[in-house]
Amino acid sequence: MTEIFGIPTQALFGQLLIGLINGSFYALLSLGLAIIFGLLNIINFAHGAQYMMGAFCAWFLLNKLGVSYWWALALAPIVVGATGMVIERLMLARLYKLDHLYGLLLTFGLALIIQGLFRHEFGSTGLPYPMPKLLEGGQNLGFMFLPNYRAWVVAFSVAVCIVTWFTIEKTKLGSYLRAATENPQLVQAFGINVPRMVTLTYGFGVGLAALAGVMAAPIYSVNPLMGEHLIIVVFAVVVIGGMGSIMGSIVTGFVLGLVEGLTKVFYPEASNTVIFIIMAIVLMIRPAGLFGTQK
Amino acid sequence: MEAAAGQSAGRWWWGRVPPQQRVAFLAMLVFFLAAPAVIYPVFLMKVMCFALFACAFNLLLGYVGLLSFGHAMFLGTAGYTAAHAAKVWGLTPELAILAGAAASCVLGLVSGLIAIRRQGIYFAMITLALAQMVYFFCVQVPFTHGEDGIQAVPRGSLFGIIDLSNVAAMYATVFVIFFASFLLIYRVIHSPFGQVLKAIRENEPRAISLGYDVDRYKLLAFVLSATLSGVAGAVNALVFQLAALNAVYWTMSGEVVLMTLVGGLGTIFGPVVGALVVIAMENYLAQLGAWVTIVQGIVFVVCVLTFRRGIIGELGRVLKKAL
Repeated sequence: MTEIFGIPTQALFGQLLIGLINGSFYALLSLGLAIIFGLLNIINFAHGAQYMMGAFCAWFLLNKLGVSYWWALALAPIVVGATGMVIERLMLARLYKLDHLYGLLLTFGLALIIQGLFRHEFGSTGLPYPMPKLLEGGQNLGFMFLPNYRAWVVAFSVAVCIVTWFTIEKTKLGSYLRAATENPQLVQAFGINVPRMVTLTYGFGVGLAALAGVMAAPIYSVNPLMGEHLIIVVFAVVVIGGMGSIMGSIVTGFVLGLVEGLTKVFYPEASNTVIFIIMAIVLMIRPAGLFGTQK
Repeated sequence: MEAAAGQSAGRWWWGRVPPQQRVAFLAMLVFFLAAPAVIYPVFLMKVMCFALFACAFNLLLGYVGLLSFGHAMFLGTAGYTAAHAAKVWGLTPELAILAGAAASCVLGLVSGLIAIRRQGIYFAMITLALAQMVYFFCVQVPFTHGEDGIQAVPRGSLFGIIDLSNVAAMYATVFVIFFASFLLIYRVIHSPFGQVLKAIRENEPRAISLGYDVDRYKLLAFVLSATLSGVAGAVNALVFQLAALNAVYWTMSGEVVLMTLVGGLGTIFGPVVGALVVIAMENYLAQLGAWVTIVQGIVFVVCVLTFRRGIIGELGRVLKKAL
């Protein structure tokens, strides 16, 4: 068996793949957070809970309605995104004139409610979600075994991230969004319905979280607490990347996933904390984050 | 009378305390003195520990405008340190509490240096992430005994004389520590240092342009808040003779935010009332499992949407007095 730095390549590439999978989720979640923060100036603490809702939504669709994974991939983000839009209209919309911290506190409360309700209903043990038939099995690449489903998760996440980036940075719709991020009053004066755009943006960000949840369901079991730790890591990712740039949050997400995977190989004790340590170092050197600009 | 009050103000600060705050302070004093006759003392000790924790937290959020979402790390670290000092090193309780506070002080200095580099929402996320790091540290290092925590911590004898296994002695100790710390916080808020903190909260760029080294003030306030949270955590560990992981977990950081919010942000007595309300609520709902979280979440949402001043804040508004 070949080795690199005394580590069998099989183990190294295996962990790198897991890192890449986690990185996909970090990227999707931090992308959603960044888009929401850009327009609403709110850090969505419920993002982890909404990721979990996405997974549960897929589970419901499969077990109660017999809807397949592929449909869930489209339906769950719409359903969870819609609940997000209701929350935005009913609650968040009342807080825009106040200190941004209240948005954080409100979504924190919502996260507690959502996670509490699911835990009350389903307990803390996970529910299994089967791998879609089409993606069972894997490829032998010679140096490692690549399960089809994991390859799909990485490829699909990259595709979603790139499409989102393209939409925001290169299309007319995206230009409205960027303009409203800069100066909502002016954009409103040009006849664009900014409040509706805010609602849709929040729904979209939440939908991205739910999409990540659906993709995570066959890998990790569907569990009420699955988003609880993840959201804190994603916060650190967002601090490291800086929320100013869409591409920045995508790249930071994937890279940090890989770094975490590598840490699991070389120094497993630190694998849980490495992202937080990187965050501390980045803050000392570049307080605005790697891609951010200090206002 | 006026002259006498003015003279005494120079020597003794009680003369400068507004009347409504004197009344509130005395009411609080009487409550904690008399309540053990009717309410379970351990519950009251828990309330005092968390009231101190919330007051220390409020010093940062209410008076500097910094929302820390990681204050559990100070409570937990001090708890573990004090428990370890009392159980393994065999220190007396006052030294164990000091050791706990010192540990939190150092942690506060290190995490403060990192966190104050950003403001607002970022500050909250950074403190949360740092606290999660401390949590994982506590899960992994052997001296915390992981999921079991440090159990059967001896309360020991205060100064080697007063046996704290006696509930009345323990209660008196917690009482004295709580009120001493409360007065310290009151004094800090009303000192020139406290005025600068409020100026930073109101308008940071202006405070900078007036020549204040804002970062140093923030760091000092952060370390002070961390140390006092540490005192609360250490005392709490001695009261329950236990230091466990839940004190370091992020839900605990959320709880102290909730206490402060319910009681009233930036009020002097709010965090104490908030701690009483939240702890009582937890006690009643404890057997209902996940419902504690759900109810806490609902209280959060309701407070943020309709009750942002909190109990004491609303009371102060009705009375048109600062409480």
